[in-house]
Amino acid sequence: MNKVMFGRFIPGHSWVHRLDPRAKLVLSFLYIAVVFFANDFWTYLIMTVLLLASVVASAIPLRVYIRGLMPLFWLMIFTVLIQVFFGAGGHVYWQWGWLVVSQNGLNSAGLILMRFVLIILISTILTFTTEPLEIADGIESLLSPLRKFHFPVATLALMLSLALRFVPTLMDEAEKIMNAQRSRGVDFGAGGLRQRIKTIVPILIPLFVNAFNRAIEISTAMEARGYQDGENRTKYRQLKWHRLDTVSLVIYVVSLSAVIGLRYFS
Amino acid sequence: MATDITFEQVDYWYQAGTPFAVQALKNIDLQITPGSFTAVIGQTGSGKSTLIQHLNALLKPSSGTVKIGDRVINNETKNKHLKPLRKKVGIVFQFPENQLFEETVIKDIAFGPQNFGISETDALVLAKRMAGEVGLDEALLKRSPFDLSGGQMRRAAIAGVLALEPEVLVLDEPTAGLDPRGRLEIMQLVTRLRQEQNLTIVLITHQMDDVANYANQVIVMGHGELIKQGTPRKIFSDPKWLEDHQLGLPSATKMAYELQQAGFTFKTMPLTVEELADQLTPQLSKGAISHE
Repeated sequence: MNKVMFGRFIPGHSWVHRLDPRAKLVLSFLYIAVVFFANDFWTYLIMTVLLLASVVASAIPLRVYIRGLMPLFWLMIFTVLIQVFFGAGGHVYWQWGWLVVSQNGLNSAGLILMRFVLIILISTILTFTTEPLEIADGIESLLSPLRKFHFPVATLALMLSLALRFVPTLMDEAEKIMNAQRSRGVDFGAGGLRQRIKTIVPILIPLFVNAFNRAIEISTAMEARGYQDGENRTKYRQLKWHRLDTVSLVIYVVSLSAVIGLRYFS
Repeated sequence: MATDITFEQVDYWYQAGTPFAVQALKNIDLQITPGSFTAVIGQTGSGKSTLIQHLNALLKPSSGTVKIGDRVINNETKNKHLKPLRKKVGIVFQFPENQLFEETVIKDIAFGPQNFGISETDALVLAKRMAGEVGLDEALLKRSPFDLSGGQMRRAAIAGVLALEPEVLVLDEPTAGLDPRGRLEIMQLVTRLRQEQNLTIVLITHQMDDVANYANQVIVMGHGELIKQGTPRKIFSDPKWLEDHQLGLPSATKMAYELQQAGFTFKTMPLTVEELADQLTPQLSKGAISHE
């Protein structure tokens, strides 16, 4: 559980760390949207250079990012293989029954792999360099126009930040409960499927019960501190848009427009 | 037959090989002999809880070895076949009430033994006996564990570990959050189990009075290192050192040091209220005579 790097925050003071979370969210979304427009060598080159530049700007070593990719390794292999063997069309290199390795298959496999890696890496940059609470603030701020349509943005933001805040707490707690049950002779990961499912019960029930108790305690504590649902609250953490954000946005918009331009006008 | 536990140059790193790697244990050498009562003290975050998770191989040393009975645990030890160790060394974790999950209290206590292959009927008999040991009323046994009070839940959880019939019982702050009476009862239970069943006890605690009253060996942890080890008398003989390491004195010893500054003399520093009273009585009666 501790080995998972994907989606974690690594403290730092790099360019990317100092960006406004709204900027980072928007940039990541733009990037992911444009990944699907890239279709040839030049467009992918631009996307890759932009990504690597962002990795460098985040001042986190590339190998840490690669560790982040590792948990998804088998998923990538799986999708690539499916594409390779089932993509039909073009020159056929090898055939065995309905398994075909063709030019189109290889092409689309390469495309999928590229997209996979780029999308995961850009979202990893976001999570590595942005504290969960900043992400929650960013999302709240970006969703705030929805207030006009009576969408409960503040409530959603509160839920989001509470949920994010308690992810590590719940993970710690799950681990403690697992250790306690292990000490009582539960063998996790041993035996057949039925046996394994049975071993989850002694973790899940205490985890749920504790979550309920915690929810009650938190809501009591919040009320005691004068929290009333939603409206008219001031904010302690203010998001500020700096020149750095504008510069990054310009770089991204220019490069990403170049990708779209190359796709449609070359 | 008896379970010795020996640590040899044990290091432990959390999340080794990641940017978050933290060394929690540094070069620990220690021995826990059968029948002993070892207290582990130290500031919060000094590695006490990490240390005890090595006692039944929940964690394996990053380097060095831990010997538990005739088993040697090191970095290469596989996770298989560790189960027998867990029966020998029972751990009661902090706030053990968080591990209860069964429909009834008795079923929860019987859960552990059943994992080690004891039949349901036998396990329930055992569970009933253990519930008696920890002072849980029989009427409570058919109730849901979530209906119990905090103190009762704590007892049920401890009974669940005792039902494994371990040779070594490890308790991580078993009295945290209990009222004074609950604290005393739990500590008395532990001492009684040690005497009656010849259990080896390892106790993590911040209560120096408990250390002075019950332990015969003390291990002081600081920043992941074992910084002092010895009898309670030796550990509490240097108040300045303890203060430097943000640890306290037992209340009787503390009072004795204060009285010493006021002119009283102590041959050996008392650790318990009884010892303090024994040494004070003659001095007080002398004083009373001279005043008359």
